[in-house]
This record gives sequence, structure tokens and C-alpha cells, in this order.
Amino acid sequence: MDENSVDSHSISLLVNNKPGVLIRISLVFARRGYNIDSLVVSPTQNEIYSRMSITASGDRQTLEQIIKQLNKLVDVIHACDHTGEVVVEKELALIKVKCPVECRTEVLQVSEHFKCQTVDITEDTLMLQVTGGTDKLDALHTMLTRYTILEMVRTGKIIMARGVATT
Amino acid sequence: MSGKTRDGAQALIDGLQQQNVEFIFGYPGGANMPVFDALLDSPIKLILSRHEQGATHMADGYARTTGKAGVVLVTSGPGATNTITGVMTAHMDSVPLVVICGQTITPNLGLDAFQEADVSGISFPVVKHSYLIKNVNDVPRIVKEAFYIAESGRPGPVLIDLPKDIAVAQFEPDNNFDMHLPGYVIPTHGDPERISEAAEYLSRATKPLLLVGHGAIISKAERAVRILAEKMKIPVTSTLLGKGGFPENHALSVGMLGMHGTAYANMAVMECDLIMSIGSRWDDRIVGQADIFCKDAVKIHIDIDESEFNKMICPDCCIHGDARLVVEELNTQVVPNDTAPWLKQIEKWKKKFPLSYKKRGGLKAQLVLDELNNLVQGDAIITADVGQHQMWAAQFCRTTTPATWLTSGGAGTMGYGFPAAIGAQLAQPDKLVIAIVGDGGFQMTLCELSTAVINKLPLKVVIINNAYLGMVRQWQELFFDVRYSGVDLEGNPDFVKLAESYGARGFRIRRNADVVRILSEALAYNDGPCVIDAEVEKEDNVFPMVPSGHPYTDMVLERPKQKLAKPVGST
Repeated sequence: MDENSVDSHSISLLVNNKPGVLIRISLVFARRGYNIDSLVVSPTQNEIYSRMSITASGDRQTLEQIIKQLNKLVDVIHACDHTGEVVVEKELALIKVKCPVECRTEVLQVSEHFKCQTVDITEDTLMLQVTGGTDKLDALHTMLTRYTILEMVRTGKIIMARGVATT
Repeated sequence: MSGKTRDGAQALIDGLQQQNVEFIFGYPGGANMPVFDALLDSPIKLILSRHEQGATHMADGYARTTGKAGVVLVTSGPGATNTITGVMTAHMDSVPLVVICGQTITPNLGLDAFQEADVSGISFPVVKHSYLIKNVNDVPRIVKEAFYIAESGRPGPVLIDLPKDIAVAQFEPDNNFDMHLPGYVIPTHGDPERISEAAEYLSRATKPLLLVGHGAIISKAERAVRILAEKMKIPVTSTLLGKGGFPENHALSVGMLGMHGTAYANMAVMECDLIMSIGSRWDDRIVGQADIFCKDAVKIHIDIDESEFNKMICPDCCIHGDARLVVEELNTQVVPNDTAPWLKQIEKWKKKFPLSYKKRGGLKAQLVLDELNNLVQGDAIITADVGQHQMWAAQFCRTTTPATWLTSGGAGTMGYGFPAAIGAQLAQPDKLVIAIVGDGGFQMTLCELSTAVINKLPLKVVIINNAYLGMVRQWQELFFDVRYSGVDLEGNPDFVKLAESYGARGFRIRRNADVVRILSEALAYNDGPCVIDAEVEKEDNVFPMVPSGHPYTDMVLERPKQKLAKPVGST
């Protein structure tokens, strides 16, 4: 694999649950010109820590450096790149589609194939909730583009290591 | 609970006393008045600076001299932002500082209150850690953590932002508190496998070179390094900040390497078959063109900071740990190899390409520093500012013991040298302290002459005065067709009269023939600070020089006959 190849990375961090921690972390990425594609901050089973799941793209060598610099921050308990590891990765999206009565059945059929939940329905619109891997959400998105997508919100990827391994 | 009521400011000062703080370098203002008030009831001595940047550099000089955190106390807003240059200077050079800033009351945070600035936010990129205290009960723990973080591992500055309402809030301190730093781990012994690997490399090398950095001084590895060098007969070079990690008057020393390093150190870098960095971060001033630096040599990197590995160069062996502990372990494993031909080659280079300068003509900066070196014989703490004089001082003032050479390396902060000398002199009142400065940098912080005078500090300020911003002028001469832009410091004051107006003693050197006499006179003056204005040749250049970002093979030893290509590296 090319060391300088640009690709997407799944990074997880366990951090102190304090104000300002997010800025310290994003500064490390920004300083090296690394773009954050998605970022999820959530509580953990222990209220003094937060979990961050970050998807970012850029070259691997720079990312290795960034991970080490993240681990250096006093508020970061640990940071690791899970790219290429066997982990569970999930994302949730809400997609609002323009859906007059005549194409409703068609859209619902697509939605069924992707195991979506219909969370809102009006005469002209349909809101779908979908969970799964990034590929699945991307595929659904492509399928729905032939109808008019009015709005879309994606949570960004959350990651958890399988088995006894820690995330 | 102790049963004794304290306010936040008092608890802060209590915390500093528990850390055996001797001096606070500071400047008062509205938001830190409660702390200045609490300070009156403590044995800690306040050193009142004339500018907050000066206070920060003083604390830095104190810290580099003692290894203990220097403490700065300033007010909110501009008081705090004035420290940022000093904080960044300390951050780049791994110097422990605890910077305490007053802050507006917590209900006013973020409301653009008078003298409010988001100081902890501003500090993020240039501190090891920072705190904004929101609860008075946290004061004792945060003070303890701040010192621990600042001084341990790879040291650095820690900032504490203390809102005024927290400073006056009453509470009963609980003496049974724990630090809570689950994400802060300090490496000690390196990985034994990597150490064995490095020992094998060292035992096989026939042309090895040790590169001593600031980390070796911070971890007090000088003895271990010396044992390694002497046992294995390995020559030793040092970075600008590593000066003193190995005695520069030792036969195995080749002095400083890099952009303005000695020719023989740089030749050793080009020819070695192994280079081992002990606490240096392979800074761009050292590696020049990184991808071909020591291309065919085995590279070993010992560092306490894992993020330095594979940053500038990719070594063959990285050992993550404390420099002293790692080198001590290496010493038990290495087996001497025959390095005699290598040492002989280095001796030849030393004879053929010594540091030199012409003694004819106007006053030579190199002569002033060379004679100063002869007079003090390494028995002094020398601080240097930033510019040509700094490089000449690094070349000619030989450092023989750790923590006696203080200069702003990573940040290259002009104005650092003189206030740092104040901090060093306070830390070591009986030691000879000399600040070597340029006329440019000195004027950035010379208001601290008051601080030196009122504290009767017998430090000596040697101004290498060419009435130019000499290093920039040198670059404009060499790389910009002698098109001088913004480098002429016309309008400089009469530095002797200036010193006298502050109540300091002034000396002036104009001729090469007067150097020894006047320097000796100044060194003998101990009733307070003195300033020695050395009016040196205006257009002299620092050589050797490896143009920024270039390989060592492009080293220039003297003023080139034809124009050089513009350097590809940064500044």
C-alpha cells in the first residue's frame, strides 16, 4: 500500500468529558491540514469520559503523526486508528424525500430493501431512518437521488472493537 | 477538611509554596489583584517585570537553569496575551512554566467584559496543558497537576486561567485530594528489544556519531552520554539546545552541527555510518534536506516523546523512553569497536576547517565572543538572544556543563536573551551570568534593565551591536542580491548612556585591541548589572552555513564569490 495514499480512516478516542477538549483535538487535525469528514461525540458508560469517533481522510503517514500527537494531549486517554481492523462500524441517517402519492409505493419498496423505518409521512414527503455501514447508507442515497431528496442528516460513523478488545 | 477557610487566591499561593516556589515573575492588574494580595503573606518573592513577555522569559531562564517550573503571574486580557510569545518559546524548547492569569469573573466570561480574553483558548496550540478554573474547590488539585505536568516527561508550559470571583471565593481546602490525569503517562525505560538492537548497531559501527539534544540535558543524561562516548570512542555533536549535554572542551566533542554548525561536525554527519540522537528532534535546522540526511547511515532515535519518531526523518531504530535511563542501559550492552581511523579523520577536519575569523580591520564579533570564552573558561551561565550573535556565541562560547547555555532555539524569539539572564541570575546568585544579545533583540525587552537594577543582579549584557538586523541582512546579501529591506537599525540609542540612565554601568568596545581589557573590567564589576556595547563590523556573516532545506554537501565555509541560489527550506 502506498504510504502517501489518501484514504478514509476511522479513529476513535477516549477523552476527558470537559469543555475545550474538542477544540484541542480538532486543532491537531487542522494544523496538519487534515480534514475531518465526520465526528461523533458521545457519553460513555463512565460519565467522566467521552467517546469520539472521527472519520478523516488524508495520507497515512500524516495520520500516524496526528494519532501520536492526539495521544500526547493530557485530556486524551487514548486515540487509535481502526482502519483495516475488524470492528463494528455503524451510522444512522434521516432522509426526507419529496414523495407525492403516485411514487410512494416505489419509494417504500426501496426503503424496505434497505430495512429503513418510515419515521414521518405527509402528503408530499416521506422521512426514512436507516442504520448500517457507510456503504449501505451511500447506496440508499444513490437509489433515492432519482426522487428529490429534500434533506439528509447523517450521524457519522461510530466504531466499536469486536470481542474483548477495547475500542 | 482542614477546617481552615481560605479563598481561591490564598489556596493558589499555598499550592505554590507546597511546590517550593521561590520566585514569581509577574505584573499586576485588575483581575489578579486578589493573588497579588495573597502573595504579600507568603515567603515567595515577587519579581516585578516591566512587561509580561519579560516576566515569561525570566521564568523560562529560571526554569532552564534549575529544572524547576518557572512561575508567571499576570492579569487578564493584554496581560495574559503578552505572555504568549514567552509561552510559545517555552513550548518549542520543552521548558517547564506555570503561567497564572487573572480572568474576569465567571458570569462575565464570553461577554466581552473589560480586559477579557479567551486566554485558555488562545493558549491551546502553544501549551502542554491549560486550565480554566470554574470551581474554587479545584484550586489545590489544579495547582498540583499543573506543576506535575509542566515538569515531568517532556516538560512544557501549563497555563492556569483564574477568574476573579474564584480567586475571592471562600472554601475549606481538603488536603486529601488526588491528581486526576488518566491520559497522562510518562515513559521511563525504553523497550529492551529496541535497546538491544541499538546496542548491536553501535557495537558494529566504525564511523559512529552521537547527537546530543536538549532532552539529554533535561533528563540529566550527561554522565551516561560521556560514559558511552568514552567507552565506545564515539565523537559527539550537539544541537543548539544540546550544548552542555557533553563538554565542548572534550577531545571527542565536535561542537554544534547544522545550519551554522562547525564544518567538522557537519562533515562528520556527512561521513558517519551511524548517528544516534539522544533527546533531539532532528529539527529542520539540523537535517537540512530531510530525505537525504544521513541517507546511508544507521539512524537511532531516543526520545521521550513518541510523536517525534518518523516526524522529520524515519530512523532505523526508535527507543521511546527517558534519555538517561535508555543510555545507561545501552552502556551495559555496547561492545567497543575500532573507531580510531574515524577519530583520526575527524582530527584532520578539525585542523583543516577550524572556526576562524579575520582579526584585522574593525571590531569582530567573533573576537569579542572568543575572548569572552577565554576569560570565563566555561564557568558561566550564558544566555543568547536570536540572530548572528547567537550563532557566533554558539560557535565560540564553549559550554562544558548542562544548563549553562540558554537560548531560544525552536521559536527563535528575539528579546529572549536578556530577561532569561535575569531569571538565571536569580536562580544562581553566585554564578557569573552573561547575556549575549544583538542591538535588535535587546531593544525588544530592554525595559527589564529596571528589574535587573532594582534586584542588584550582577549580570553582564554584551551587545553585539552592528546597527543592523544582521541575520536577515546576511540572507539579503547572499540570496536577495544585496537588496537590503528593513534591516538598518538607524536610530539606535547610545546603549552606554541608556544603561546609565537605568542606574546600570555601561562599557563600550570599539577596537579589537581593547576587547580583553574592557571585558575584564566589566566581568570584575559586580555592584549590579552592566551593559557592554560592542560596536562590531556592520557587514559580517556567520559561516559555516548550510542554506535552509539544503543537503550538507551545499555547506558554505566563507563569503561566496558568486550569488547563491535562494534556499528551498523555510526561513
